[in-house]
Amino acid sequence: MKNCEYQQIDPRALSVSPLSAQSHTEKKEQRPRRKWEVFPGKNRFFCDGRLILSRHSGVLPLTLGLIVVTCGLFFAFDCPFLVKHLTVFIPVIGGALFVFVVISLLRTSFTDPGILPRATLDEAADLERQIDSSGSSTYRPPPRTKEILINQQMVKLKYCFTCKMFRPPRTSHCSLCDNCVERFDHHCPWVGNCVGKRNYRFFYSFIISLSFLTSFIFGCVIAHITLRSQAGKSLVQAIQESPASVVELVICFFSIWSILGLSGFHTYLVASNLTTNEDIKGSWSGKRGAEESGNPYSYNNIITNCCVTLCGPLPPSLIDRRGFVPPDEVVPAASTASEMELPHFSTKNDVNMCTQSTKDVLERMINSGSQTLCSPGPPKTTPLVQGLPSTAALSPEPPPSAGCSGPLGRRPTDSRCPLFSRSREKESLHSINPAFRLASPSPSVTRTAKTLGGAADVSFMPLQPGSVGDEAP
Amino acid sequence: MAETHSLQDLRHQAAVAAKVFIQRDYTNGTLCQFQTKFPSELETKIDKQQFEETMRTLNNLYAEAEKLGSQSYVEGCLACLTAYTIFLCIETHYEKVLKKIAKYIQEQNDKVYAPRGLLLTDPLERGLRVIEITIFEDRSLTQ
Repeated sequence: MKNCEYQQIDPRALSVSPLSAQSHTEKKEQRPRRKWEVFPGKNRFFCDGRLILSRHSGVLPLTLGLIVVTCGLFFAFDCPFLVKHLTVFIPVIGGALFVFVVISLLRTSFTDPGILPRATLDEAADLERQIDSSGSSTYRPPPRTKEILINQQMVKLKYCFTCKMFRPPRTSHCSLCDNCVERFDHHCPWVGNCVGKRNYRFFYSFIISLSFLTSFIFGCVIAHITLRSQAGKSLVQAIQESPASVVELVICFFSIWSILGLSGFHTYLVASNLTTNEDIKGSWSGKRGAEESGNPYSYNNIITNCCVTLCGPLPPSLIDRRGFVPPDEVVPAASTASEMELPHFSTKNDVNMCTQSTKDVLERMINSGSQTLCSPGPPKTTPLVQGLPSTAALSPEPPPSAGCSGPLGRRPTDSRCPLFSRSREKESLHSINPAFRLASPSPSVTRTAKTLGGAADVSFMPLQPGSVGDEAP
Repeated sequence: MAETHSLQDLRHQAAVAAKVFIQRDYTNGTLCQFQTKFPSELETKIDKQQFEETMRTLNNLYAEAEKLGSQSYVEGCLACLTAYTIFLCIETHYEKVLKKIAKYIQEQNDKVYAPRGLLLTDPLERGLRVIEITIFEDRSLTQ
């Protein structure tokens, strides 16, 4: 083999194509877009992608409002009396707690919880190929799970049909946000975001500090009313003098139970290195009796578990919200608007293996005159594929909200299953094409490629079976 | 004399021959590690030792990023005490190591992979799911 030296270039520069077919789509995309603008999940972005929130932001304004109003009443009505009769540290401590609570809350709400970006088309196609090749010997539909061994414990990895990848361990797909989130705990309506790997410590500090704040305010208000009624007045008179205190009492009384309960529950989870999701599903308990030996992620030491969960290294956001979308990047599993653009994107031959297989198909046509590869008839894997909806119905997991004791019940399983089987059919049509090989193309194909040149893409585009543009919305 | 092909010349004619994806290795839990198994598609392109060396180094770097040591605990506690506002000012240890990894991948691409018609993509661009190796078509055979 001749020794050729390739000059490495920036992969982004590769995708610039001279094809004019692309120019009309580019006209409306002159301004380079940031990735958050084309993000496929159900999220809202602020400050040009710096802050992320779920589209189902739940009752975040209510949470903030309750905290601000209660503390406002406390500082306005209770503190003057208490400063006079007790100590000046009361508003200081109250103020510090309030600031800490609000910062933790905002941090939890506006931080990326550990969203996994969806697989690129090439990755998804490669996985398809591996799944089809490994499970094609029997008629049984591929189960779309992978079993791996983690610390001598069998863990099942499920395939996510939305994100087109096998979910890493402890990752779950939130149907409200339509994202796979690492170390998924739950979707909290009170903070308006999922709680996952990256914001669990903020969430924990929020509920712990909120417990302290509510207990503190509760105690101070009780002290206030007691002191007032001790000074020769009755209780009713004391309440009449300071009606705001009653409001605070009521709010704190009702929140204390839930907040303290939640704090206790999450302290238990932190100490045993569990997530709410795992605890509710009973993934590890009951398998061997003792919880510690069941959970493969636990370090079997409370202190270590706490340190790892709360003080461990904070991984960066994987979704690169503020990065720029490369000019011709194919957006995987996006919303319907960008799906329409996919057929145009697939004309680019640089980063698209579809074109390579098309050239192989062309070569076979030339050589054998075979009809089977060209006809869009149903492949023999169709029965296999249509068996998928039953597994597809099970795999997207509804996020449990019990951890937040919110009114949000369990969402029904993904209702897009029938559509998935259609899109699956098209993808397997593509992937079972024997021309779809990862090995180096044969010299004959290369010759064909040379003669066809760039025009091949445009003229043979209809041959591409359905193209992944027909993705389910 | 070795021919130097600019990759810009190749892109018009099916420059990308194939892509190989190195998946994650979860046997040690959720730590970021990649499989070191040598993929068959690269057999003709690169030396197995070289490839495994690259993978091992990457795995070690990721392990360093996620290492639970006194440094990470101090960072975590300090962050908690400052209500996590300290992350607005300083870079976390993880981010520093990720920069090191990016530089290493760039260096490997320049020295080892590009001369063989391969390109490593930083796994961070793929959500730390896979290491994507792009195999470029060898145009020398067709000219």
